[in-house]
Amino acid sequence: MAVEVHLTSVLQRLVGAKSVMSEGATVGELLANLDAAYPGFRDQITGEDGQLHRFVNIYLNDEDIRYLDALDTALQDGDVVSILPALAGGA
Amino acid sequence: MSSADHTHSEDAIAVSVYVPSPFRRLTGNRSLVKAHGKDVAELLEDLERQFPGFRSLVFNDENEVPAHINIYVNNREISTLEGMATPLRDGDQVAVIPALAGGEGDSERPARSPWALTEQQVLRYSRHIIMPQVGSVGQRKLMEARVLVLGAGGLGSPAALYLGLAGVGTLGILDFDAVDLSNLQRQILHRTEDVGRPKVESARETIAAHNPEVRVVPHNVALTSENALDIISQYDIVVNGMDNFPARYLTNDACVFLKKPLVDGSVLLFDGQATVYLPGKGCYRCLYPTPPPPGLVPSCADAGVLGALPGVIGCIQAIETIKLILGAGESLSGRLLLFDALSMEWRTVRIRRDPECVVCGEHPTVTELVDYEEFCGFPGGSHAAAGLPAGSQL
Repeated sequence: MAVEVHLTSVLQRLVGAKSVMSEGATVGELLANLDAAYPGFRDQITGEDGQLHRFVNIYLNDEDIRYLDALDTALQDGDVVSILPALAGGA
Repeated sequence: MSSADHTHSEDAIAVSVYVPSPFRRLTGNRSLVKAHGKDVAELLEDLERQFPGFRSLVFNDENEVPAHINIYVNNREISTLEGMATPLRDGDQVAVIPALAGGEGDSERPARSPWALTEQQVLRYSRHIIMPQVGSVGQRKLMEARVLVLGAGGLGSPAALYLGLAGVGTLGILDFDAVDLSNLQRQILHRTEDVGRPKVESARETIAAHNPEVRVVPHNVALTSENALDIISQYDIVVNGMDNFPARYLTNDACVFLKKPLVDGSVLLFDGQATVYLPGKGCYRCLYPTPPPPGLVPSCADAGVLGALPGVIGCIQAIETIKLILGAGESLSGRLLLFDALSMEWRTVRIRRDPECVVCGEHPTVTELVDYEEFCGFPGGSHAAAGLPAGSQL
């Protein structure tokens, strides 16, 4: 499934763009593909246990995947996935 | 007194009545009085008993309330309710509001009732008052509101300034920092001549210059687990412009414990976020249960921020705060607003209360403020907070 992935801050700098096209049948597969394309990507998002860091949220369209099937959440063509780590800047 | 008391049974319905300034010669100059009645008609009879002559100020010779006088029950005009038969309940707030007579040749001057606003206030806030969502009643709510702005930096500057311009009556500003030259690229409360001065002082001067009616309360301290509850409890709403994770978790927990609405915003690079956490409807810890390890998410000082971006997000925080005070519209509660300045795209994602949340969930395990530096992985106690790389000068 081809999806658009929106990125912020650190991930944006890693990838060099605010959004990329990638694919995967699930969010977990999508992250594996992104990690293959951008080494170090997955470490920013999941811990050694393979689970999402608690300071990173992933949204499928406008819904938090924690309230769907987490990393097993299925993707459809044209979905938009947003990866949002906590942001503390008050500038 | 005793004869008036005899007319009410023990369970008579008691309401508070706002008396407009032209009527106060009858009430010993009091603006709020207690009165009784099961409906508005009975209430006016009681007011006449307590303050002889009151009725003749409200009714005309035809025994009708003339068009230039409005009576409000809990901020709703009684003609939109049941008129004189509008029922009252204990604790209701009733206001009798005569419209201002005549104008001064200013055609944009609102014709609606001024809630005892002065002529200067009616002019100053005329663009607000003319809108039905605000009106003189809403403007009075703004003037009676107490808002705490945490941080007088990139977000706190526009938020506090617009809240001051809007006439928010009491504006607390908390910041322990002094103005630095590198702040001036975005922090519009401070000017070049303020470099080196405490931020709360230049903030107070700037707001006073724009609107001397606002009472600015400076808190020239760091927010800590020792003082957070005491400071926040003095306000109705908290606006978060903090620049580091320990302060954000501390603010969140204190607001949950005190049941205070928290209007949240954050920025980095070209990205901004904003939301509103209402008591009982989720909190920052529902969204981000734990902070990232130090150094993983860069600060604005490390990574930079477009100067006008906190202007956008801070203004959104001011708007959300004003909406909460007015009870107008739909707040960002339950939604996280995302703004990307590079692509000029706005999106919202859904956020919700996590029943497992350690602070606001069904079985909270955090029931008092903790050591947030330690929680966020920073060594040392609160003193170290001032020296955090992600700390002061963002």
